[in-house]
Amino acid sequence: MQDSLKSSSYQQLEQKSKYTNMFLRWFLYFILILFASYFIFPLYVMVVTSLKTMEEIRQGTLLSWPNGLNLESWAVAWGGRGYGAGDTFLRPYFWNSIKMVVPAVFFSTFIGAMTGYVLTKWRFKGDQWVFLFLLFGCFIPFQAILLPMARTLGVLGISNSVIGLVLVHTVYGIPFTTLFFRNYYISVPTELVKAARIDGAGFFKIFFKILLPISAPIIVVTVIWQFTQIWNDFLFGSTFSFGEAAPIQVALNNMVLSSTSVKEYNVDMASAIIAGIPTLIVYVLAGKYFIRGLTSGAVKG
Amino acid sequence: MFKWLEKNLPKIVMAPAVGLIGWFVYGFVLWTLYISFTNSKILPKYELWGFGQYEKLWASRKWLIAVDNLLIFTALFLIFCVVIGIILAIFLDQKIRAEGLLRTIYLYPMALSFIVTGTAWKWILNPTLGIQKMFRDWGFENFTFDWLVDREMAIYTIVIAGVWQSAGFVMALFLAGLRSVEDEIVKAAKIDGASLFTVYWKILLPMMRPVFFTSFVILVHISIKSYDLIVALTQGGPGISTTMPALYMTQTAFHKSQVGLSAASAMMMFMAVAAVIIPYLYSELRRENAR
Repeated sequence: MQDSLKSSSYQQLEQKSKYTNMFLRWFLYFILILFASYFIFPLYVMVVTSLKTMEEIRQGTLLSWPNGLNLESWAVAWGGRGYGAGDTFLRPYFWNSIKMVVPAVFFSTFIGAMTGYVLTKWRFKGDQWVFLFLLFGCFIPFQAILLPMARTLGVLGISNSVIGLVLVHTVYGIPFTTLFFRNYYISVPTELVKAARIDGAGFFKIFFKILLPISAPIIVVTVIWQFTQIWNDFLFGSTFSFGEAAPIQVALNNMVLSSTSVKEYNVDMASAIIAGIPTLIVYVLAGKYFIRGLTSGAVKG
Repeated sequence: MFKWLEKNLPKIVMAPAVGLIGWFVYGFVLWTLYISFTNSKILPKYELWGFGQYEKLWASRKWLIAVDNLLIFTALFLIFCVVIGIILAIFLDQKIRAEGLLRTIYLYPMALSFIVTGTAWKWILNPTLGIQKMFRDWGFENFTFDWLVDREMAIYTIVIAGVWQSAGFVMALFLAGLRSVEDEIVKAAKIDGASLFTVYWKILLPMMRPVFFTSFVILVHISIKSYDLIVALTQGGPGISTTMPALYMTQTAFHKSQVGLSAASAMMMFMAVAAVIIPYLYSELRRENAR
């Protein structure tokens, strides 16, 4: 009763300011669309530029529509022109990135799931400190570990190789994956685990039978987060690899910076889109999980 | 033996993670600290050299420019990201049509690498064929927008691209914060005659203190570490005018082979991040324990 009274007086109030509201709403949409165009602008420019010939680029403006679907610059960006030296193109580096991302995501996610499991369901004295110890790894500026890492990879004989990058990305992914799984498992009732322990279930059985089956959402969040981070990494890629072992972001940067011939902006843009498309697809398909990772991981850099 | 194994299994499972992080994070930071106290050039030298590298660092014009740029960038990056993020979050919170689509558009730059977006911005901002040409072709013949090649202004192009990439993230944080507030609070305030503006300014935004804090920490952290964007957009140029600490560190180590000096700059970055992060982690943990 009280409630309905309240909401009716609320409605009256809404009625009174109907006209101000209408104006406000138009203003609202105007601002929102204005910002949307600011955010979409670079992507639009990338796509149309990649579809133009250099002649069209010189004659038109940034926004002008391409004359036709000209996919030549895409073909050049992906597979090159077919002559030998100096012909850089993205295909081999794209595969380097795949070979680097898949194992690194797998290992870091697996280790994170295990540590998250122990930290929440097999608590021990000082586990809070262990968590903090791992968590700080999310934040260190990687410049502070580059020099020792370069030496270590050299000593291990895996500098300038995909394996070296897998190791680097696995290790520095652990703090994030641990954070994700720990925060997820902490909301799983511990009684479930206790009951299973009384029934005689062991450490791994509890994990695989009880926790893993309900972990799908957090696995998706973690895999997407790690995939995006590792695919987009440039610092490690450019420091620990060069030439043929480079991942795609490094190759893209080299391609864009190389000033051997006339600048071909259409090929540059096609290359940039190719390097960005895997993460963009994941984002469009699984945006919800991506945002969840972003707001709970809440660190990027 | 078996009993012992069973009892300690959780700790054994934890060991690889703790060991790896202990060695590759903490061990390496200490290692870098040690290098920073030596006179290492291309090859490492192990005898200690005191604070010489730090003295050299703070006497270097390039480093001072890098620190200066970092301060300018951080301040502007923070202000614009937070202001745009809050405006978008509040506006999106008004039961907007196509909210999902707009949110997707605001946030997609976060899914792209700084190299990809830097490449795009470099093309848009270049004076010969980019925005400047567009406006000139439209009839504004004196229109000039050549910040990218202007020593004084180039740093602001990095701000433009950086804000574009990260503002959506702040929006997402604030939107999540606003959505977690009970509807009743807003309704009650409106019945008491508060305008929408007052509701947000006096009630909701003050409730968002933790979100402000989180955004602040994350944005400062991003800006101290910013490296890729500068490489893609300006390579620190024109000249050295857009150098930032992260770029200084890698250039000094891998192009100039001043390993000791580079380690000193890395330690300065480490301390800057620690000064922001440690209080943050401390307060987060306290909040969690209080729950």
